[in-house]
Amino acid sequence: MQMRMIIGFISILTVGMTCTTWAGEAPGGEQQYLAPASYVKQAFGDHTPGQSMLWPDKTLRAELKDVLGHSPGLRFKYWGAQGKTVWILDEIGKDRPITAGVTIEHGKIADIKVLVFRESRGWEVKHNFFTRQFANLWLSPSKRLSAPVDNITGATLSVKAMTRMAKAALLMHQHTPQSTGTLAAAR
Amino acid sequence: MIYRVSKLSTYVLVFSLLGTMTARAESSEAKQALNETLDLQMLYELVQKQGQKIEQLSAQLAAAEAQLTTTQQNVAITEQQLASTVEFVEEQTSASAGGSNWWDRTSVGGYGEVHYNRVEAEDSNRDFKETDIHRYVLFINHEFNDRIRFFSEFEIEHGLVKDTADGSGNGEVEIEQAYIEMDLNDAHQLKAGLFLTPVGILNETHEPPTFYGVERNDVENILLPSTWWENGVAVSGQYSSGLSWDFAVTSGLKVPTQGSSAFRIRSGRQKTSNASAEDLAYTARLAYSGLPGLQLAATYQHQSDISQISGDGLDEGNLVTAHAIYNNGGFQFRALWARWELEGALVEIAGGDEQSGWYIEPSYRLRTPDLGLLESVGFYARLQDLEGVRVQDQFEQWEVGMNFWPTDNVVFKIDYRDREHDLAGASGRDFKAIDLGVGFQF
Repeated sequence: MQMRMIIGFISILTVGMTCTTWAGEAPGGEQQYLAPASYVKQAFGDHTPGQSMLWPDKTLRAELKDVLGHSPGLRFKYWGAQGKTVWILDEIGKDRPITAGVTIEHGKIADIKVLVFRESRGWEVKHNFFTRQFANLWLSPSKRLSAPVDNITGATLSVKAMTRMAKAALLMHQHTPQSTGTLAAAR
Repeated sequence: MIYRVSKLSTYVLVFSLLGTMTARAESSEAKQALNETLDLQMLYELVQKQGQKIEQLSAQLAAAEAQLTTTQQNVAITEQQLASTVEFVEEQTSASAGGSNWWDRTSVGGYGEVHYNRVEAEDSNRDFKETDIHRYVLFINHEFNDRIRFFSEFEIEHGLVKDTADGSGNGEVEIEQAYIEMDLNDAHQLKAGLFLTPVGILNETHEPPTFYGVERNDVENILLPSTWWENGVAVSGQYSSGLSWDFAVTSGLKVPTQGSSAFRIRSGRQKTSNASAEDLAYTARLAYSGLPGLQLAATYQHQSDISQISGDGLDEGNLVTAHAIYNNGGFQFRALWARWELEGALVEIAGGDEQSGWYIEPSYRLRTPDLGLLESVGFYARLQDLEGVRVQDQFEQWEVGMNFWPTDNVVFKIDYRDREHDLAGASGRDFKAIDLGVGFQF
C-alpha cells in the first residue's frame, strides 16, 4: 500500500514536471498573462497616447452602478486616440478579482483580454475561444450588449464579470473625446 | 535844422519802432521761450509721473508674478495631494488590491438551500411532507502569495447534528474541501489535500442558483456520488484550444458488501474521516470547452479494490462517465451518462456488478429586466433513468419545474417529479412529488 502511494505520488510529480517542461514556461509568477502597459501598447502600437482620466459625474456614476452592480470607482484611467479607447478594469468573479483590458473602437468592442486571473474556477474566460464572442459588440440604449455571450457551466460568475467590464468600457467610451457620439455610428 | 530835426526824429522814430519791435519780438520770443519752458516743465513732470506709475506697475507685476508662481506651486501640491488621496481611497476599495494584511488575501463565501417536499407515493404509508434546511455551506479561501492558495468548504446538513448512540443522527457536519492549490505555470496547477473528485456536472458546481430542480438529480447523487470528495493529490492543465485535463490520486470508496446498502456506490463514501487508504483511486478527466456554449467531458476512475477489504467478494471498481452541456442564449441542454463496473463474486451474485444511469435536461432561461423584482426565470424538464443496485435505486423519473432568480445569486424553485420504479415489487415506492426550495450563494 505504501509503495503504491509512493509510486502514485511520484507519478503525479512526474506528470506535473513534464507538463511544465512541455509548456515551455518556468513555474512561478502570478497568473498575469499580459502586463497592462503591454496591452495598451499592443492596442496603439508606436503611437501610444498618454494616460487620461475619466471622472464620472453623477449621471454616469448612476449608469455605471447599474451596469456593474456596485458603486463605481472615483475615476477611471484610460488611453485614447483616433476614436479608440483602452481600459484596464477589475471585477470580482466568484470571490477574487479578474483584471481585464478592454479596447473600444468607434463604439464597439475591438478586443477584450484577461490580464490577471485569480479565480479557482472559470479558466475558460482567459482564452480566445471565449473572449471572441465580445468582438464588435456595442451597447444598446438599455445598457445591454448587442448580442448574448454564451455562459460556461461552472464559470458563470467569471463570465458575468467579463460581461460587466465590457459594458462598463463601452459606456465610459461614450464619455471620452474619442467617442463618435452616436449609437448609429457604432452600429 | 528842421531837416536835421526831422531826420533825427525819423531816426528816433525808426529806432523806437525798431526797439519796440525788437522789444516786442524779444518779448514774444521770451514768451514763446517761456511757454516752451513751461511745456517742457509740464512734460517733464508728466514723464516723471508716468515713470513713477510705471515703477508702481512694475512692482505690482512683479508681486503678481511672484504670487502666480506661489499659486502654481500650491496647485501642483494640491493636485499631488488629491492624486495621493484618490490613490489611497482606491487602494482601500479596489477589488484587485492585494493588500499586505492576511485579511486582504482571505475571502469568505458560501451557499445554502432550504427545501419543502410533498411526496405522495403509491403506498400511502410512504407519503410525507417535510421541510429541511438541506445544507448551509461556508467557503474560506486564502491566498498565501500569487501562486499558492488555500480553499476550504465547511458544511452543515439538515440543520443540526445530534449525537446518537448508533450514529443515526439526522444532520452532518463536514469538511468537503480543504486543499492547497499551487500554480506550476500559467496552464498547470497542482492541488493537495481534500478536494472534490473531478467527475460529472454537479460534483464541482452545485451551488443552488446553478442548477434546476430543488433536489439534485439522482444519477449524479447515487452513482457519482455527489457530493464526492477525497484526500489526495491532483494535477491539471488548461489550454487555449479549450482542452483541459485532470489527473488525481486519492483515497477511494469503501463500498459495503453487507446490509441494506451493500454494493451501493453512494454508501461507499468515506468522507475522508479516518478513511481507509488500503486501495487508492486513480481518476482522469478530459474536457473540452473550446466552442462557445459547449462543454464536453469524460472521466474514468479505477480502484483496484473498491471495498478496501480483500477477499470479501467485491474487488475492482471502474467508473466511466461522460457529459455534454450546450448553451445558446437562454437555451441550455444537459446530458450525462455514468456506468460502474464492479468485479467480485459476491457483487455479481447480487446483481450489482453493473450500475448505470443517464439523464437529459433541456431548459430555457429568460431574462426579465422590465419586471422589477425578477432578474430572470427559467423552465426545465428532466428525464432520468437509474439502474442502481437497490430496487429503490432502479427507476425512471421525469420532472418539470421553474427557477426564479430575483438576482443571479438567489433562486426560488418549484418542481414536479414523477418516479416509477422498474420492478413491480417496488411499485409501492412510486411517487409524485411537489418540491419548493430557496437557495442562495455569495
